[in-house]
Amino acid sequence: MSQDKITITVNGVELEARPGQMLIEVTDAADIYVPRFCYHAKLSVAANCRLCLVEVENASKPLPACATPVAAGMKVHTRSAKAIGAQRATMEFLLINHPLDCPICDQGGECELQDLAMGFGRDISRYTERKRVVRDKNIGPLVSTDMTRCIHCTRCVRFTEEIAGFQELGTMGRSDRVEISTWIERSVEHELSGNIIDLCPVGALNSKPYRFSARAWEMSQHPTVAPHDCTGAHLYAHVMDGRIKRVVPRACESINETWASDRDRFSYEGLDAPDRLREPMVREDDGLRVASWDEALDRAAAALRDAGADSGALVSPSATVEEGFLLNRLFGHLGSANIDHRLRQRDFRGQGEEPAWPSLGLSIAAVEFLDQLLVVGSNLRHEAPLIAHRVRKAAQRGAGVHFVNPARYPYLFPVGQYYSGDVGDFWRDLASLVLAATDKVPGGALAQAVAGAPQPEDRHRQLVGRLREAKASAILLGQLTLRHPRRAEIELLAAELARLTGSSIGVVSEGANSAGLSLVGVLPHRDVGGRSRATQGLPAATMLARPPRALMLVGIEPEADCVAGDRLTRHREGTVIALTSWLGPGLKSAADVVLPIAAFGETPGTFVNCEGRWQSFDAVARPPAAVRPAWKVLRVLGNNLGVADFNYESSDAVRVAAAAAAGDPRAAAYTARSAALPAVGGGSVNLSALDVPMYEVDALLRRAGSLQQTADGRKQSQATAERRTA
Amino acid sequence: MSTSSDKPAGLLSAHVREEIDRWVAKFPPGRQRSAVIGALHAVQHENHGYLTQELMEAVAGYLGLPPVQVFEVASFYSMFETRPVGRHCVAVCTNISCMLCGGEGVLAHIEKRLGIKAGESTGDGRIYLKKEEECLAACTGAPMMMVDHKYHEHLTLARVDEILDSLE
Repeated sequence: MSQDKITITVNGVELEARPGQMLIEVTDAADIYVPRFCYHAKLSVAANCRLCLVEVENASKPLPACATPVAAGMKVHTRSAKAIGAQRATMEFLLINHPLDCPICDQGGECELQDLAMGFGRDISRYTERKRVVRDKNIGPLVSTDMTRCIHCTRCVRFTEEIAGFQELGTMGRSDRVEISTWIERSVEHELSGNIIDLCPVGALNSKPYRFSARAWEMSQHPTVAPHDCTGAHLYAHVMDGRIKRVVPRACESINETWASDRDRFSYEGLDAPDRLREPMVREDDGLRVASWDEALDRAAAALRDAGADSGALVSPSATVEEGFLLNRLFGHLGSANIDHRLRQRDFRGQGEEPAWPSLGLSIAAVEFLDQLLVVGSNLRHEAPLIAHRVRKAAQRGAGVHFVNPARYPYLFPVGQYYSGDVGDFWRDLASLVLAATDKVPGGALAQAVAGAPQPEDRHRQLVGRLREAKASAILLGQLTLRHPRRAEIELLAAELARLTGSSIGVVSEGANSAGLSLVGVLPHRDVGGRSRATQGLPAATMLARPPRALMLVGIEPEADCVAGDRLTRHREGTVIALTSWLGPGLKSAADVVLPIAAFGETPGTFVNCEGRWQSFDAVARPPAAVRPAWKVLRVLGNNLGVADFNYESSDAVRVAAAAAAGDPRAAAYTARSAALPAVGGGSVNLSALDVPMYEVDALLRRAGSLQQTADGRKQSQATAERRTA
Repeated sequence: MSTSSDKPAGLLSAHVREEIDRWVAKFPPGRQRSAVIGALHAVQHENHGYLTQELMEAVAGYLGLPPVQVFEVASFYSMFETRPVGRHCVAVCTNISCMLCGGEGVLAHIEKRLGIKAGESTGDGRIYLKKEEECLAACTGAPMMMVDHKYHEHLTLARVDEILDSLE
């Protein structure tokens, strides 16, 4: 027998196992069913529900499969009279205090306890004493509690401690008086906390927004992809009568494992916001009135035709590949390269040296196995909760995670070096790191970037050494750098530091599809496939400052999604054509033609995540009333304008054409810059302008009621108020 | 969400902090959680026999733990009181040996004399009669009770009265 494999026998079948594995891991891998409540592959072993008791030969008592390490020659029976008897007895104990309220329980129909009661329970209870009642806790706007149903498996407790990184729930009291609680009334606030809903094997923790709105068997389940950040997390939408009733994670070990961020899980609530658009509208006199699709499209087409090359498009970074590709072709037909999705970007000086598409520089799963990581300008937990989770796992493994940030953000893991400075100048430490990494005096643009940087100190040299010596090291640029007025310098320095230390470099890009939109030419300086444009168009910020005669807004609200976007809401020359799902106050005053488009879940499409993974999804819900998917609207608009070869029959056909045109440009490193960087105008920027709150990054989230009521949501409304007045 | 309690460790006296440090030093680095019981004992002793939420959060802050982990310990062990109780803690054993030798009679007598039930404190805040004390490992001296950490064995009702009267 080899050193690293042993053989055990389960129900008479020989199985291979690694020494130290728990029995349940081996039976799970072999598809041998062992019932359980407290065991979860992603959590530590608690062995407190006792339902996974199995018979092991020569053991005097049944043993819990989740906490019994395998041993060579072990003979296990999972279906013997002794095993089943132990499991039945455990079920009887668990059901003693469990209420018989399945008919009014949201978990009913998808409840592990219910299923196991069917399989292992008795049909008549022998227990005639009083059942225990536990008062429900208010743990915030996302998770509802019915604590009498709790069987104390402690999965939720272990999740907050082990996965989220800060124990927010605990087991209070002892023995028959144990309660799961926060002790004092306090909400559970971590950005992944909604996962305790899925972990809870009974109906104790459920989704508060979904509460009592559907039964499990009335809904159908459809795969989709998360629309709010660059990870492209896999989700299932649960749909009834054409509307999304709730969203749950779809397991994908290499992206989101079994988790979903609260943002992805609860944003669907915004779909039915009161200002959801149902019909096209056009401006008449000083207001908008309902119009037919024909009239609205004719107006839009006329405005675009009149404007010709003096037209432009501002596109949400969460627009699909298909939408982006059609936009690129449509505006190409008009002779305009004014098309951009980098709505919050302030500095475009370095765009020519950037890679063809914004990549993380490594796979999401690989983040976990980095030895050294330097994060620059990022509120990582808010920008990409699932990447932050991988970073935390790396830190738990012992990796050095270091930050150069304009503020101190709480990270629930041991942090290595943390450089924090004033928002305008925080990146100077990056320059010091570059100086610490080289003996040569940098020339050209790099010389400009390091000018005025503090002399490197020991800590800078130490960090450079660590990055250099690490087997796997990476530098990640966060969204604070992407939106920073000195973005060009920061990118230049980070790329140089990566080169000097042999680290990978990547960015946490905005929205769900910055990568895809870059690939299909929703950029003023690059066409499809990352090819440079002969004539460069205007970047987003310039279009907002001096709007072209016809400006199309796709899936955005200028006052909230763009730098200085509120300027546009006061702009009354030219024509603003808005493709949008909601009509907020900004668009109401800015738009001349409003074309209602399908939102998350209602349109087919493709997102390319930060690894370059193309992920297509179908429409899973029906858009309301006359609302149409954006790709269809764009196609008809293109037909009206006479764009050649524009008769795409399906979103799939658009994707195929887009993929063929985009090719497979590698996310090459930043190219070196020889030319000097143009000086930037003065003007300070404050942190609240750079750090867009987690639940405000797009129009759907801004309307997601329950997320807005979380602690982060309430904090952000305050921050937004400050930003607006600033 | 903060990484640990926001409550200042300043709520803890120098002596308590010293005591906590002593407990922390007994365990390997990073195992401050092991010092929670010792810390709570010290804090409760200085706070007239009970813990407040602020004090528990201060302990969490001092040890760098999520407050919930301190609440868990405080709510688990019967020797910690998480609500205000009388100055003197009277705990009468009613476990098997004491029960056979009249422990329950002792408890009933005290309840009657003080006019409170087990688990309650006297109105003047003088005496707290602990709820359900289990075996205190003094079976040879049954019936017995513990008053403020001190054992009193071979109790008679007269002796009980004497002890109660001596409490300030």
